[in-house]
Amino acid sequence: MRIGIPDEAPETRAAATPATVTALLTLGYDVVVQAGAGARSSFPDHAYRDAGAAIGTADDVWSSDVVAMVGEPSPAQQALMRPGQVLIGFLHPRSDPALIEALAARGVTALSMDMVPRISRAQSLDALSSMANIAGYRAVIEAGHAFGRFFTGQVTAAGKVPPAKVFVIGTGVAGLAAIGAAGGLGAEVTATDVRPETAEQVESMGAKFVKVAEVEEVRSSDGYARDTSADYAAKAAELYARQAATVDIIITTAAIPGRPSPKLITAEMVESMRPGSVIVDLAAAGGGNCVLTRPGETYTTDGGVTIVGYTDLASRLPGQASQLYGTNIVNLLKLLTPDKDGELRLDFDDVVHRQMTVVRDGEVTFPPPPIEVSVAPAAAAAPAPVAIPTAAAPPDQWARFRMVLMLVAGWLLLSLLLPGGFLSSILVFGLAMVVGYYVIWGVEPALYTPLMSVSNAVSGITIVGAITQLTSPLLSVQIIAFVAIVLAGINCVGGFAITNRMLAMFKRS
Amino acid sequence: MLDNIVFGGYIAAALLFILSIVGLGKQETARSGNAFGIAGMTLAVLATVIHTFTREWNTVGFVLLLVALAIAFTVGLLYSTRVAMTGLPGLVALFNAFGGQASAAVGINSALQVESYPVLSDQIVHGVTVWAAVVVGALTFSGSIVAFGKLGGRITSRPVVLSARWLVMGLLGVGLVGSLAWYLAAPNIWPLVIAHVLGYLFGILMVLAIGGADMPVVVSFLNSFSGWAGALSGFAIGSDLLVVAGTIVGMSGIILSIVMARGMNRSIANVLLGGFGTADSTGAAVAMLDADGNPLQAVSAGADEVAGWLREADSVIIAPGYGMAVAQAQHPVAELTRRLIAQGKTVRFAIHPVAGRLPGHMNVLLAEARVPYDIVLEMDEINDDFPRTDVVLVIGANDTVNPAAMEAGSPISGMPVLHVWESRQVVVFKRSMAAGYSGVENPLFVRENTAMLFGDAKASAEALVHAVGAPAAV
Repeated sequence: MRIGIPDEAPETRAAATPATVTALLTLGYDVVVQAGAGARSSFPDHAYRDAGAAIGTADDVWSSDVVAMVGEPSPAQQALMRPGQVLIGFLHPRSDPALIEALAARGVTALSMDMVPRISRAQSLDALSSMANIAGYRAVIEAGHAFGRFFTGQVTAAGKVPPAKVFVIGTGVAGLAAIGAAGGLGAEVTATDVRPETAEQVESMGAKFVKVAEVEEVRSSDGYARDTSADYAAKAAELYARQAATVDIIITTAAIPGRPSPKLITAEMVESMRPGSVIVDLAAAGGGNCVLTRPGETYTTDGGVTIVGYTDLASRLPGQASQLYGTNIVNLLKLLTPDKDGELRLDFDDVVHRQMTVVRDGEVTFPPPPIEVSVAPAAAAAPAPVAIPTAAAPPDQWARFRMVLMLVAGWLLLSLLLPGGFLSSILVFGLAMVVGYYVIWGVEPALYTPLMSVSNAVSGITIVGAITQLTSPLLSVQIIAFVAIVLAGINCVGGFAITNRMLAMFKRS
Repeated sequence: MLDNIVFGGYIAAALLFILSIVGLGKQETARSGNAFGIAGMTLAVLATVIHTFTREWNTVGFVLLLVALAIAFTVGLLYSTRVAMTGLPGLVALFNAFGGQASAAVGINSALQVESYPVLSDQIVHGVTVWAAVVVGALTFSGSIVAFGKLGGRITSRPVVLSARWLVMGLLGVGLVGSLAWYLAAPNIWPLVIAHVLGYLFGILMVLAIGGADMPVVVSFLNSFSGWAGALSGFAIGSDLLVVAGTIVGMSGIILSIVMARGMNRSIANVLLGGFGTADSTGAAVAMLDADGNPLQAVSAGADEVAGWLREADSVIIAPGYGMAVAQAQHPVAELTRRLIAQGKTVRFAIHPVAGRLPGHMNVLLAEARVPYDIVLEMDEINDDFPRTDVVLVIGANDTVNPAAMEAGSPISGMPVLHVWESRQVVVFKRSMAAGYSGVENPLFVRENTAMLFGDAKASAEALVHAVGAPAAV
């Protein structure tokens, strides 16, 4: 089958890069790239050609069996589509049902990249996360551009410069990326999230987590945050107001897929910010987390606060975004092409296939049946790619303590019956077990054979026991001891000698 | 005062043994590790000789000691310098047998020397440890001898399972318990002799039932047993040095057994119960059919064709198995590696934990053939690199590269394997299409990107060396 990569101007990203073309070819597909598709992300046509793709016209691309794109097809592009074709892209089925209907009318099969379920198996194709990661980074760069000061604190001959204070609302993938980028530039970062369990991740990235007072449980079954109760919102608003008055930069990332973004930053809060401050609203596409955000626009309020409302932050790093998105596409196609034979197979028993498919052969299959995500019931609903393993319930250390105490009591009773010399040998035995255990796990697997032959030689230590028996008045004992010394001696000498021979052979290059 | 030095010597020897294992942990310090071991052993023997013969001179005993040491040095050095590295697993098993027998002998001797016990608890503790040292030592000896035979091809490497095996094992168990009871009730030499013989039988039956490819686990386990036997005889004669050294050896063997068994996704018990690989293989046959139910055909390739692929490749991984050792192919393989590296290619080795007949066997063979150890990687280090590899040469390996392990319903399901099939081209060096040790068919052979290079691995590797040509002048 052939995969087409269309030119999506003015979109700067492309759904494939030369590197991902190579990966698509190994899955057995042919790839045709529309001339100029990668130009805005600095991938010229010849680079695609060198990677093994054909360069073609829009017609060539849209007659392919599979079309992979970043955004939605334009009406003109839709007109080129034919029944049986497979379309992959960010189709926004929740907010754009008309497009889904139109695609169904064309008789195509459509998979939407914003419908990847948040399960660990699907992480490698989670394009929302990879784009959010880029957007989070870019948000900091945009903020730095609009902010007329250093991020990092400095002590100069001309006086001391305090570090910029950055406040991040929402610590999903984008929020964490923003925390990382801002921290990397030297800013003092604080962050908050409706999910208090993300505090650990925030702190692991060097930022301070501030909690909304008296949080009630906010859990979701699909790994995304949901609308929260009014009471909670009031408490959160207090926190945002306090922060707004002190920080230089606010980055908001509270977007709910397919729904208007919650309004978190009020006009009064913006007013309370110092002139020169910056707000970057990553939820601008859904209307923005700040009431004053103008989606797609950057402007400065009368109070001197710059509000960045770009909705295309990921597209502003097109090279990186295309590479990550292209890799997400490759991983999706790996899943759809189990035999790597260039034949795409849709399997509705696979939850990933099912969730992502919004139209199948002209039939609308959106919304998909709800799924329960494994991360939700666990102690922490971790956001996907940057997820830190959720700690299982800690083992009850006291249960173990009680068990050991009982064993100790049993041992004390037993020791009443044992002779003294034997007891001291047991101590030695126990300590040797513990030391041996740790020391031996430290041995490289490549050295297991030498380990074995040395330990073999060491087991010849019984020679020591046999020697003490040589002075026995009984000749029979002496003879048995003699045999034991010969055997144990061969074991020792041979074991050490062969180890030496082996180890002499191991050489570095 | 002399006693103090002797006792201090024992403590120092025990520490030297521990330092020996610590040193063996890393390539950079491994040789000093061996030296620590030798120093510890020398110190222990010297201290014991001084202690024993200054307390009570015995001319006969001293002469016997000198003669015994002379024999031990001659035989030990002769064996260890002559043996080929491919015969190493057998040699380790043989030395192990000697260690086990020595422990049993020391146990018997300590029983012979004791006439009566002051208190009953002494009698019971000493009795149990002596008896256990004898039994464990004896079964280590006979089991290791059988393993030695299997590894050298003197005994069939197929599992030999008696039809009335459980009955025989049961009777042996009863006999062993009976001998212990007798010995505790009336300490004399005869119950120990019986226990010794029954221990022999037990070891033979146990190891006979285990197939050749499970020998890494068996040899590690017997190695562990020889350690425990030493520790037990240490308890029996009240020597803490024996207890420490024996315990470390015992732990080492146990840990190696665990590592090996994990490498096959089987429990140690499953391996030791034996009989693996004798069952008929079913289920796997399905994987060898195409969608229409026709048998898939393996594609064979000639050395020249393979050499062509190698010339065009940038990255090559070699996955060796026991077959490479059997065919003695490590030297031409190493030469091939050198030539490919000289031509500017990345060449690495992927070692499965249970490749070969000893833990770490492949590493030693490759080291012998002068392959630098830093391009010899463990499975976990290299398994993710196969998709970015142009050519994989599978040399004498089968089950460890079987994709059937990734699917349910096969006897080897869940066994970690090298994902060689993810590379662009796989070449399998093999004599025939026969199934591997597990008896499971290998669907790798009929995959589209797999070619079979039939024939003796050594001859094939030599042909490849020739076909690849001399290293390009740089």
